Amino acid sequence: MPTIGVKRDLLFAALGKTYTDDEFQELCFAFGLELDEVTTEKQMLTKEQGDVAAAADASEEIIYRIDIPANRYDLLCLEGLVTGLLVFQGKLKPPKFQFVEPAKRQVLKINSSTAQIRPHAVAAVLRNVTFTQESYNSFIDLQDKLHQNICRKRTLVAIGTHDLDTIQGPFSYEALAPEKIKFKPLNQTQEMNGNQLMDFYATHAQLKQYLPIIRDSPVYPVIYDAKRVVLSLPPIINGDHSKISLNTKNVFIECTATDLTKAKVVLDTIVCLFSEHCAQKFTVEPCDVVQTDGSVISYPELQVREERISAKKANAYIGIDEPAEKLADMLTRMYLEAKVDGEDSLAVKIPPTRHDVIHPCDIYEDIAIAFGYNNIKKSLPAFMQIAKQFPLNKLTEQLREQVAQAGFTEALTFTLCSRDDIGRKLNKTIEAIPAVHIGNPKTLEFQVVRTTLLPGLLKTLVANRKMPLPLKLFEISDVVVADENTEVGARNERRVCAVNCNKTAGFEVVHGLLDRVMQLLSVPWKSGNVTKGYYLQAAEDPSYFPGRCANVMYDNVVIGKIGVLHPTVLQAFELTTPCSAVEFTIEPFV
Amino acid sequence: MHPDLTERILQHLETADQVDTLDLASQFAVDHQKIVGALKSIQAHGELVTAEVATHKSLGLTDEGLSVVEHGSHEALVHAAVPEEGITQAALMTAGGPNAKVGFSKAMSHGWILVDKTVTPPLVRRKVEKITDSVKEQLKQVAAGKGDALPSKEVTDFKKRKLLQETTTKSFVLRRGPEFATTLTKLETDLTVEMLSSGLWEQLKFKSYNFDALGAPPSRGHLHPLLKVRTEFRQIFLEMGFSEMPTNNYVESSFWNFDALYQPQQHPARDAHDTFFVNHPAKSHKFPQDYLERVKKVHSVGGYGSKGYGYDWKLEEAQKNLLRTHTTAVSARMLYKLANQEGGFKPAKYFSIDKVFRNETLDATHLAEFHQVEGVIADVGLTLGDLIGTLYEFFRKLGITQLEFKPAYNPYTEPSMEIFCYHPGLGKWIEVGNSGVFRPEMLLPMGLPENVNVIAWGLSLERPTMIKYGINNIRDLVGPKVDLKMVEEGPICRLDHV
Repeated sequence: MPTIGVKRDLLFAALGKTYTDDEFQELCFAFGLELDEVTTEKQMLTKEQGDVAAAADASEEIIYRIDIPANRYDLLCLEGLVTGLLVFQGKLKPPKFQFVEPAKRQVLKINSSTAQIRPHAVAAVLRNVTFTQESYNSFIDLQDKLHQNICRKRTLVAIGTHDLDTIQGPFSYEALAPEKIKFKPLNQTQEMNGNQLMDFYATHAQLKQYLPIIRDSPVYPVIYDAKRVVLSLPPIINGDHSKISLNTKNVFIECTATDLTKAKVVLDTIVCLFSEHCAQKFTVEPCDVVQTDGSVISYPELQVREERISAKKANAYIGIDEPAEKLADMLTRMYLEAKVDGEDSLAVKIPPTRHDVIHPCDIYEDIAIAFGYNNIKKSLPAFMQIAKQFPLNKLTEQLREQVAQAGFTEALTFTLCSRDDIGRKLNKTIEAIPAVHIGNPKTLEFQVVRTTLLPGLLKTLVANRKMPLPLKLFEISDVVVADENTEVGARNERRVCAVNCNKTAGFEVVHGLLDRVMQLLSVPWKSGNVTKGYYLQAAEDPSYFPGRCANVMYDNVVIGKIGVLHPTVLQAFELTTPCSAVEFTIEPFV
Repeated sequence: MHPDLTERILQHLETADQVDTLDLASQFAVDHQKIVGALKSIQAHGELVTAEVATHKSLGLTDEGLSVVEHGSHEALVHAAVPEEGITQAALMTAGGPNAKVGFSKAMSHGWILVDKTVTPPLVRRKVEKITDSVKEQLKQVAAGKGDALPSKEVTDFKKRKLLQETTTKSFVLRRGPEFATTLTKLETDLTVEMLSSGLWEQLKFKSYNFDALGAPPSRGHLHPLLKVRTEFRQIFLEMGFSEMPTNNYVESSFWNFDALYQPQQHPARDAHDTFFVNHPAKSHKFPQDYLERVKKVHSVGGYGSKGYGYDWKLEEAQKNLLRTHTTAVSARMLYKLANQEGGFKPAKYFSIDKVFRNETLDATHLAEFHQVEGVIADVGLTLGDLIGTLYEFFRKLGITQLEFKPAYNPYTEPSMEIFCYHPGLGKWIEVGNSGVFRPEMLLPMGLPENVNVIAWGLSLERPTMIKYGINNIRDLVGPKVDLKMVEEGPICRLDHV
């Protein structure tokens, strides 16, 4: 969820009203926002960087940090937030965006070479903009928020904004070998080519994260003007030549993308939010974008989509009963201008700021928000159902209770562990274990999914060395084993594992528990004339002491292991007291 | 214990009305401390005797005093060391013993010796030939225990000279008590089989109990606190008529974890920063083909009344295996089953509580794995009001009655609501879960009838447990570092018991 910081006093001035923190929090809550923090630039600097020196000069103006839902790009800056809230409060009608046709449109031509790296581009122009320091900052911040969120850190879309009066159309979007691209990047004094630029920014705090998007490509995307001035090298940086300033009057906006839909959304969002700073408010100058096949598409789209919904359906979805006119009013407050259009029908206009609305259910939600979630009448589903437990979980619950009654204490350990935990430390080689391996572990603790419950219990023992002996622990939980015969190639297995830790290994203690569990499961000890049942079969396992290990057999199938743990295993887990352990699957008994 | 001694004391008291323990000590010729010990064990058997504290001041000799008794006073020694012909003062100091200096001045003031300055060097000579060493005699009396007779002037003087010291001795004056007897009965600590069978219990005396002490802890095993809470949540769902979903599949394909839930392939949750992807087994290959095609279509170009996300949906992305990030992946499988079961759709209520995995930044309240609690209801014509009503009933069973709902965003629910509850202990509203109505783009490709709505909610098991028990660090609740003492001492879980 993105968070934006806005200056409180500017916000209240724009809203035309002063609120207490609590009042504003309530307004946010009802609208689906959250006032996350009330702070100042000074506090933020001190907190985030511990930089008291830098903080000393920082402003003490109150800043509201507000959480914005991830799909509401139209609320990511002060301008959009204020419009959204004023419309919600019924104090403002949703603005209408209009095209102003210039004598000659700006043209952006896409070269087919871009198909290799970043095939899409869109563009627009805002005329006669008046920037103040505040609105200029807001403009830069909005681009940053969009880059971080919908643009997925510039991988899907990258935005470039330019002072149109410093450049000369038509513009050309191309992909060239890095060494052929030479320009002065934003706020730099020296020219550099694509390769030099990669080196130059390799350690840059903000920009280095974007370099891998294109670094290893044989060609880099670049936008030139008619005089071969570089506008930008997306998605890394703009050129210094065309940078916008407080004095910029006419802004050329280009977005290059790997996802065209998102590029259009981003362009619409920027022009909608900042056209309010144009001399003629809410007007946008369209551009012609020439596609590789020679066709021309006009951008931005600024499409107002009309959706028809049934008032009855909307009411039924939410569980309210409001007349169509009221629903229309509510939608209008949510920035979706609606009119009653027939007996049960509402015509809803979805503006270019609300690209999050893709289905009638999105409209229903806006009705519910405008109505107030907390005003909706509570009801209960009418049907009845005879409930059923999942049999494996039911058995697990019953056995947990019984094993605890037998004097063992339950542990709850981690499902993820290191390769060593299930391999080397248990005297086994990881390659021989059918474990599920994690591809992107952040730490050694999350390399594999456990294939045995034993390491978790041993770690719990070590952490509790101060407790008086004997320590008897158990866990009934899932391990995961790779299995080609399943849909995803792996399956869970529910196991019971118990350890006895004392001055002597006490094999008979865990053996006694096994006997008790089998007794509870009505499984007889296989001996003499009993042909079905469980028994122990001597086995060798490197995790266990030689001659003190057996397979737990059930109906002649190995279901687990029992034994005295090998001293080297104890050592590997830093245990100094002998332990015996039993572990077996309970799935055959469900 | 000195059984002999205790009985000797009691026998003595049979005839004497009272006796001081110090007197007993000298009479029995045993150490006073032993007499006191014997008294304690008599007292432990009841009120056989009464004991009154008495203090005794007595004079005793210091080491220096003892030496005077043996060898004579310092002044007498000096007098004896002066020979007939006289001696120089310096020589006298060595001949007159270790305290010759004190002895010299005392002997001078007694007029026993003189210094003859008519010769050079001056010589010390005897003034009187015979002396009486009264200091030695008086100290002898003290050593014999007759110090009381010593005049107080001498006592003060000898104390000043550090020859005498005063000591205080504590003793007890014993008299017969209400339960006086000449022998001790042994007190029994516990009732035994033998006492019962012999009937002896009637005559025996039992040691009184200390009811202020704690009992012996029962030997026992314990259930883990978080799993006790899990049991309670299961119980609540079962009471509400919800059936349990099979969630024993930690490894899931991206398809069921994300795509089936209409979560677009570029969604940040699908980033390696948030999700554990599995590289062995890396990919899933078995999908219901028709359904997969419908999912692909609704993502890329829309359908079922939706515009779709308008992007190039890729099978490879859906095939990637991962550790499920939510149990909603299982809910999706269950809803698909519900839509395609024999006899068609029937309304259903499902729940699950099981582990989910997030490749998140770890802190005091976040682990890479946690338990998700989830409830799902599918029926024709369910409303957002039904969800709100169900949530009130569910949380009432957790002892929570004040709820508020905040609009939120979630890719697979619309409307979406964050659930806040008022926590009287913390005195504030806290977020406790998420809820919503599953999107038609998720349900309709599964084959569910168009008029069926599905409402659902989810929360973590750990968070309410930590709030309930006041635990601040999640590692104190889950994992191998958990203090077993906490597990042992934990109460039973009664969520609705406030």
